[in-house]
Amino acid sequence: MISSAIREQFPILNQTINGHPLVYLDSAATSQKPRQVIEAVKSYYEWDNSNVHRGVHTLGSRATDAYEGAREKLAKFINARSTKEIIFTRGTTTALNIVASSYGPANVGEGDEIVITQMEHHSNFIPWQQLAKKTGATLKFIPLQKDGSITLEDAEQTITDKTKIVAIAYVSNVMGISHPVKELAAIAHRHGAVIVVDGAQSTPHMKVDVQDLDCDFYALSGHKMLAPTGIGALYGKKALLEAMEPVEFGGEMIDDVGLYDSTWKELPWKFEGGTPIIAGAVGLGAAIDFLQEIGLDEIHRHEMELAAYAEQRLSEVDGLTIYGPRNRKVGVVTFNLGDVHPHDVATVLDAEGVAVRAGHHCCQPLMRWLEVSSTARASFYLYNSEQDVDALVQALIKAKEYFAYELG
Amino acid sequence: MNLDDLYRRVIMDHYKNPRNRGSFADDALKIELNNPTCGDRITLQLKVEDGVVKDARYSGEGCSISMSSASMMTEAVKGQTVAHALELADRFSSLMKGEAVDFDDYEDIEALSGVNKFPARIKCATLAWNALRKGIDVEEEHHQEH
Repeated sequence: MISSAIREQFPILNQTINGHPLVYLDSAATSQKPRQVIEAVKSYYEWDNSNVHRGVHTLGSRATDAYEGAREKLAKFINARSTKEIIFTRGTTTALNIVASSYGPANVGEGDEIVITQMEHHSNFIPWQQLAKKTGATLKFIPLQKDGSITLEDAEQTITDKTKIVAIAYVSNVMGISHPVKELAAIAHRHGAVIVVDGAQSTPHMKVDVQDLDCDFYALSGHKMLAPTGIGALYGKKALLEAMEPVEFGGEMIDDVGLYDSTWKELPWKFEGGTPIIAGAVGLGAAIDFLQEIGLDEIHRHEMELAAYAEQRLSEVDGLTIYGPRNRKVGVVTFNLGDVHPHDVATVLDAEGVAVRAGHHCCQPLMRWLEVSSTARASFYLYNSEQDVDALVQALIKAKEYFAYELG
Repeated sequence: MNLDDLYRRVIMDHYKNPRNRGSFADDALKIELNNPTCGDRITLQLKVEDGVVKDARYSGEGCSISMSSASMMTEAVKGQTVAHALELADRFSSLMKGEAVDFDDYEDIEALSGVNKFPARIKCATLAWNALRKGIDVEEEHHQEH
């Protein structure tokens, strides 16, 4: 396991909440940031801040180098063929919306099909639902198994020659499940469809190779992988991105502007209208360095061990229902404690310094499928330890006693 | 942080033994309101006659705070004039802001005053009251049209 000394590099973790040491188990919502990332952003603002791609002055080149340097790091990190395939966005939501609003209407028409699952986060759900509505296409769902997984047989049944887009999360933010994206890509391609992968929950936690997956688009968020909020990216195969129209028009993205028509810059800047999120990209670059120093395989192993330990310890809590598969491959555990509402559970946990998410996790269709209105979720990252799991279990036992007493 | 400030016995009593939970068989005025950030939802039905809230029922799903608040709210406004119900809603908003308001006449509701120490939970407590305001708005518009 990763040494718990790593916590010291995350200043925010060194505090007490309601008299207890903070136990942060909400990294699937957003991760905490190491000093290295905070310093990189600070140093950028203190030394290099300027606009990119325009200034002739020294700061202008430094800012441009820092911004484009971050793009190179990200391209290597997910093994894109070229930096032209990396478009910086505000996050996964914006990235997916670029595909839905640019690639979508140009390639999807009445009678066509868009294939997703009922497990998708709203950001990989609503763009396709609305695209289907707008174009008259049919939205289809690969059925979910009891544990939330999908089978390739079902995928083969659902994806047809009419399918133009398959969109799926690599890793679910609720169920602790990863989907067989590489195999799904092969099925989609056999039918002439593209596959769009929501990588928000996979990129921070495991090695991702977009060429090996052979996905056509891949969206990610920086803030879930130690970087600041407000930066993310869309990876797209160059030929697809080149054929797509920009979504936002303005400064930075133009080649030549005439009175009645304009032309666009080459990739990736064609999709980056306006002053970009320069400091965010710098922070993302620093986050990638940090993750690579530890190693993604090591991080993944650490989280799997924690998840296994959590499953074992949580099974000791009477009345706890855990959703999703046994032997999960991801550091996310979603649960409910008897008939105590998850908000009430989370409030008691917070009183013990334990931060978990409670609610529908931006997955209302999945909640309906689970036949619950909401759940509580603990999610782990490289800075969590077995002691954090122990604190969670202790707090859950307190919550149970508290409500048993109150409700008794 | 003292959890007992939040979960007073009377609140848990309303949660476990809800008053006015259910729905009217007839087509009484119906308001559906969600708390999209957390998934709580309430369906409130009101019977308003001659400016008086004759009856109220609610159904829905949510945490102990949102559901007990709905139970207390319906109990408080039943039989009251619309004007008084709105005045109670205003008073409740003030209570949630931590302002010193007098709820001596509704002791159960006063038990929710601890919620203002838990900022993340205020929206749970106000859901039912927001549904009430919306219901009265709809009722009054309806009334003006006829």
